[in-house]
Amino acid sequence: MKITFDWLKDHLTVNSNEASLLEKLTDIGLEVESVENLSEGLDLFKIAKIVKTEKHPNADRLKVCDVDIGKKEIKKVVCGAPNARDGLITVYAPPGAIIPKNKTKLVVAKIRDVTSYGMLCSESELNLSEESDGITELPFSKYNKSIGKSFFTQTNSNLIDLSITPNRPDCLGVRGIARDLAASGFGKLKQEKNKKINSKKPQTIKVKITNEKNQGCFSFGSCLLTNVKNVESPKWLKDKLISIGQKPISAIVDITNYVMIDINRPLHAYDADKIEKGIIVRNSKSGEKFTALDNKNYKLEDGMCVISDDKGVLGLGGIIGGTRSGTEIDTKNVLIESAYFDPRSIRSTAKRLNIDSDAKFRFERGIDQLSIEEGLKKAAFLIKEICGGEISKIDVQKIYKFKNKIIKFDPNSFEKVTGFKISTKDMLYILDKLGFQCKKDKKALKLTIPSWRPDISQEIDIVEELVRISGYDKIKIEEPIKERKKSTLTQTQKLFHFLQRSIASKGYLEAITWSFTDAKYNDHFKGQNKELKIVNPISSELSVLRNSIFSNLIMYMRKNIDRGIKDLSIFEIGPIFYGTQPGQQSTVVSGLVAGKKSRLSWLEKDRNVDVFDIKRDVVQTLVEAGYDSEKFFVDDETPAYYHPGKSGRLFLNRDEESVAAFFGEIHPNIIKQTDLKTESLVGFEIFLDNLKLSNKSLKDQKTKYSVSDYQKSERDFAFIVDKKINVQDLVSVVANVDKNLISNIKVFDIYEGENIPENHKSIAINVTIQSQEKTLDVSDLDKINKLIIKTVENKTGAKIRS
Amino acid sequence: MSDIKNIRDQFVSKLKNDLSLEEINIIKTELFGKNGQISSLFKTIGSIPEIERKKFASDLNQVKDELQNLITNKINEIDGKKINEKLEKEKIDISLPERPFVRGKVHPVSQTIDEISSIFSEIGFSVEEGPDVENEYNNFTALNTPDNHPARDMHDTFYLDENKKFLLRTHTSPVQIRTMLKDKPPFKIIAPGRTYRSDSDQTHSPMFHQVEGLHIDKNINMGHLKGCLKYFIKEFFEVEKIKMRFRPSHFPFTEPSAEVDIGYEIKDGKIIIGEGDHWLEILGCGMVHPNVLKNVKVNPAKYQGYAFGIGIDRLAMLKYGINDLRAFFDCDYRWLNHFGFDPLDVPTNYRGLSR
Repeated sequence: MKITFDWLKDHLTVNSNEASLLEKLTDIGLEVESVENLSEGLDLFKIAKIVKTEKHPNADRLKVCDVDIGKKEIKKVVCGAPNARDGLITVYAPPGAIIPKNKTKLVVAKIRDVTSYGMLCSESELNLSEESDGITELPFSKYNKSIGKSFFTQTNSNLIDLSITPNRPDCLGVRGIARDLAASGFGKLKQEKNKKINSKKPQTIKVKITNEKNQGCFSFGSCLLTNVKNVESPKWLKDKLISIGQKPISAIVDITNYVMIDINRPLHAYDADKIEKGIIVRNSKSGEKFTALDNKNYKLEDGMCVISDDKGVLGLGGIIGGTRSGTEIDTKNVLIESAYFDPRSIRSTAKRLNIDSDAKFRFERGIDQLSIEEGLKKAAFLIKEICGGEISKIDVQKIYKFKNKIIKFDPNSFEKVTGFKISTKDMLYILDKLGFQCKKDKKALKLTIPSWRPDISQEIDIVEELVRISGYDKIKIEEPIKERKKSTLTQTQKLFHFLQRSIASKGYLEAITWSFTDAKYNDHFKGQNKELKIVNPISSELSVLRNSIFSNLIMYMRKNIDRGIKDLSIFEIGPIFYGTQPGQQSTVVSGLVAGKKSRLSWLEKDRNVDVFDIKRDVVQTLVEAGYDSEKFFVDDETPAYYHPGKSGRLFLNRDEESVAAFFGEIHPNIIKQTDLKTESLVGFEIFLDNLKLSNKSLKDQKTKYSVSDYQKSERDFAFIVDKKINVQDLVSVVANVDKNLISNIKVFDIYEGENIPENHKSIAINVTIQSQEKTLDVSDLDKINKLIIKTVENKTGAKIRS
Repeated sequence: MSDIKNIRDQFVSKLKNDLSLEEINIIKTELFGKNGQISSLFKTIGSIPEIERKKFASDLNQVKDELQNLITNKINEIDGKKINEKLEKEKIDISLPERPFVRGKVHPVSQTIDEISSIFSEIGFSVEEGPDVENEYNNFTALNTPDNHPARDMHDTFYLDENKKFLLRTHTSPVQIRTMLKDKPPFKIIAPGRTYRSDSDQTHSPMFHQVEGLHIDKNINMGHLKGCLKYFIKEFFEVEKIKMRFRPSHFPFTEPSAEVDIGYEIKDGKIIIGEGDHWLEILGCGMVHPNVLKNVKVNPAKYQGYAFGIGIDRLAMLKYGINDLRAFFDCDYRWLNHFGFDPLDVPTNYRGLSR
């Protein structure tokens, strides 16, 4: 909502300055978005007289004018306007002036070898009208004595842009703002003059609101003005509209705009002669069409509130009028509409047709239902004053009678909510100034809510009014108590934070990427999931919810590699989605590592990052989070986006059904298709929701301390096994031979090739044997050695290598 | 006697020479070997007349000790010299670079969330969460924002179905609804998380982070709201004094509603929080609307309280001098490395938010 202090003063008697106005506006909840000085530099535009015109020596259409700009000063100006002639009084802009229309700054310029000092301006260039065919012509009689004076009336009033919250339609009018200010003690609200229309002339155009279901129009007021002459608006009106950044058009349009801004009463003006046999306000039928004032054709659906006549739709009530019945400069008879439309109906129609207009913006927030006549009168008198003609009686049709809401208010509720007190007397003062009618009713107040406040319907709304006007600075600070009754984080949340920092501690940079992604990238990783489309994505590259974090990570991995960074580790912890309903998401930690280890190292030879690097990160992270790596179980069933031979899936233990993590090399095809230029790319995904939470605190996790001081011995074994047997199984067989004696097993060599039968491999392990009870003698050790060999051979078909 | 003395003098003088380890070993054998001169003398002790025997044995032992000591010292001397020579040869250029280590970092938004949680933890808030995909009811209707209400225009919403029933939450406020439906009052929670609006320009990103706060109990009023937020802002920005202003505003789910500005000034191109003549809007808040309480079956006649919503990314930008919101989600390795935090820097109450 754009206003000026000057316009406010039409409604407010006040002595304060603009700075205190701005402060007050903010204090009462009318947030000042910006303050702009529109008239800055406008004083440079002077009323000037062309003394002499000559043809430009080098151009047929240009003239060189000697211009009297006052104080006997004559400037040479090159001008192309056909109406530039000797004796014409017009508007001169000197070098340095900024043209309002296109905001260009004038300079002294040579136009075809003739120097021009400034410019003579058209009305269009001055934002006065659309007239651009020639320079402004000012009436001689009125301006002859003003040569050299500023053309624009100097105002010190800045353009103040307020951000009005959607609950306050009343403040979409200058008067509403003035009323709020007056209630807060900033000035005194002026009484509106209540002039009556004393016409005997009836309003001859019949208006009917059909009484049908979901009728969006509750009442329709109208007034007919006959024999008017639609002229240019007078200067005061033009100035007013220009002062808030609007462009004057013609008197009738300007007047309806003025009334709308002044008292938030949208009006619509019809050329009465173009209405065929009266007006019918009704619901539209699917397929009806009309051309609106925005020059677009609209095809209507069922149930939109239209103003129509015998020939069809004239306009969409409260949203936009049609071209067929619009007023023009030669309009003689004008019908002014002042109606009330249901906000919900307005909003739904405007949404469906995707129309935005000033009227729509106001009606959908709720217009004062009792302002119909006031608006008609205000407009009618102004039209008569400016355009002449005759005013008819006012006609109001309605299908619904408005009644002011009444609520009871307990003054004690104020302190209960705000924590501070104001007297009932002060409450009554504020409410009265805001337009409430108050009656004391025992302990409660009986309040009649003003018709312009559709936002108020219950006690809390009154508390808000009172505290807002009293000032939020009066709210006393209650210091918070430092007391914790419940733990801050749940076990799941603790795990989340732990994993986040645990992964970061292994050299990964944490990224946060969007929860949506490019369908192209997502396709690689979505697996069995269906694509989860966003209906209205911000761009086609962000059109689906991500089924995996990899799609975004790999995209950004590529960008970073393109930046010339060769070795990088990134991870993200966040949601992935498997459906479009609340809860169909899970939390995943996902990381990617690209490039080499020890690149350009003087110490050791470089190598590509590999699956065992990433396996270590996964396993170590889980171990740090409190899971027992001895129980982990890994197999090779992984999603298709991993390298089928170099990837694994990890379970917290052998019986667990849900996957704790995947890890491995990313499938070479994906690296190729995403055009990722790196020597190696490995990744992992840890599924938080599949990790069983330990409900043990650290103190419970520590078991009894026991170590053995008896001598331990180490034995090496090499088994030849079928290639299909995996190391994990063999180690597990060995470990289970005697859990009391076998304290550690290390795999120190894997060998295939010479001396090993085809499709077989050799696995060499080092086993630590130690008893908790005694030092083992040679025969004990011999026994366990033999048992290990026998068990492994039986269970895995292995042969000990001799 | 003279034999002993002769041997002694002879070998002491021998051992004074510069000897190799081999030469010393030869001397050792000459003296103490099976047929060594000292060993041989020991064998003669039995044949010495009794009267001289005691003295002879004593003299012999003395010379034996003396020579043994001389030999040991000589060996140690040579060993030491050898080690020193070896170490001298092993000297390396210690200015060569160490084995590389890669430092990981935690994203500034994650760090900020942990800071926020830590601060609110101190005054008894616990952390709640909600899903990113919400239904229209929790995101709007239950929060007193009915369909066909212009307040919905304040949020540009991403929808997941044509009927606009499912959407990406536009704020963290639906967690209020979920929390209150799930439990019984009192409630004292914060809910940080991802939020989404279909808005994208220099200062808006289609995804951003908010933290919701909710405190419902008997007799919680606007004074408590003010106190809680002032405490938070002071702690978060780690300043002694904070200039803060509550401005009336409107949100459908709170009434009365306020926006909170903090004072700032620009000194040497850096923003200083807490002083100065400029105001910066940082959050929205208010008393939970009775309609919202009714929607979640909490009796507004018995319980009341406040709620707030803070933009986390914006707080992080202010605190850590980050200019561009979009960079948060751009995943530029250099940016993440620059603005990220060491994972060991866990914000806690007892050691403070930062080092």
